Amino acid sequence: MPLQKTYLDIPGTTIFDAEQSRKGYWLNQFCMSLMRAANRERFKADERAYLDEWPMTEEQKQAVMSRDLNRCMAAGGNIYFLAKIGATDGKSFQQMAGSMTGMTEAEYRDMMIRGGRSIEGNRFVGEDGDAQAHRQPQGSAGRKAG
Amino acid sequence: MARITASVYTSHVPAIGAALDLGKDHEPYWQKVFGGYEFSKQWLRENRPDVIFLVYNDHANAFSLEMIPTFAIGTAAAFPIADEGWGPRPVPPVVGHPELASHIAQSVIQDDFDLTIVNRMDVDHGLTVPLSLMCGRLDPARDAWPCPVIPFAVNVVQYPVPSGRRCWNLGRAIRKAVQSYDDDLRVQVWGTGGMSHQLQGPRAGLINAEWDNRFLDRLIAEPEALAQMPHIEYVREAGSEGIELVMWLIARGAMNDTPPRVRHRFFHVPASNTAVGHLILENT
Repeated sequence: MPLQKTYLDIPGTTIFDAEQSRKGYWLNQFCMSLMRAANRERFKADERAYLDEWPMTEEQKQAVMSRDLNRCMAAGGNIYFLAKIGATDGKSFQQMAGSMTGMTEAEYRDMMIRGGRSIEGNRFVGEDGDAQAHRQPQGSAGRKAG
Repeated sequence: MARITASVYTSHVPAIGAALDLGKDHEPYWQKVFGGYEFSKQWLRENRPDVIFLVYNDHANAFSLEMIPTFAIGTAAAFPIADEGWGPRPVPPVVGHPELASHIAQSVIQDDFDLTIVNRMDVDHGLTVPLSLMCGRLDPARDAWPCPVIPFAVNVVQYPVPSGRRCWNLGRAIRKAVQSYDDDLRVQVWGTGGMSHQLQGPRAGLINAEWDNRFLDRLIAEPEALAQMPHIEYVREAGSEGIELVMWLIARGAMNDTPPRVRHRFFHVPASNTAVGHLILENT
């Protein structure tokens, strides 16, 4: 019997379950290695060479090098592990979280100061909230990139 | 006989620790957060426990994907401050209480909760930010936290996390364990994490203040019914990281059956990505 996944109908959200964890094992373990200052230095000096020391998929390596956290999540990454890449780059959790929305840093920070993203329309896939697939990207950062 | 005197509930947002460590706590943005803890610092000075049993979660610092314990109790004499990638927080070292921790482990495991016993563990912002909020800024070398701390780490990172019901019942077992300890210790149980927040994906930045305040109401008045809430409601309504709130039910479950005295309640949006919630409940 397959695992029960009642959470697949939440928009804009990847739940880090056993299947994602298995898929992202080496990606996340690579991230853990960045907790050591010496490893951060080696990674920064030559990202590709450092990543090639890990049995990660090419997609995972590309996702890391492009700093596309949504792509990292899809490849099995978990935000608390991926945060080690952000720490290496000198980025805060707010900068990292915001980067996944297509908003600029200022747009995301202002949304939080206004009370955060509304739950309305963002509970179930198929509603019309700003986290729904048909409303991406949400900000000018994403539009520029697109 | 040891007894649980009170429980404290608070978010443990890493940016709060960073704001304090970098001296930004007097900026208007952060004053709105720290202002809510002024009463709490005074309260803790006046109601200093002998031991704090601190329920929190590790954020991929002590535990990688090599080992993922659902419930881990720290039985060491001391716990180093983790380097989470930005360098260790400049806070005093955390001193444990191995005797009480081992006693609780023995009692709770015999009550059918399979705890992982941890004798070497770095503690991250999940544990140190609540201490900083309740004690203020301390000098890492000259000062000390007010008492020994027993770290109790819960897996809320890899799904499935323990259910609210199981956390509530675990709190009951911890209460029984504390009450069967011979020394006359005053113990506080702290539940940390939450409130609504989501750190990932296009839904990042989700806040649900109405749901959070209802959670606070129910945690005070009808915690056992609240403990029946399924995971999916936390995730859908309070964000993927809002699931941390199940940890508050461990602390609430450790309280007496009689209604608690609400000494303090605070709620503020935002601290970084997160809704900050805070309660102090005393046993009567």
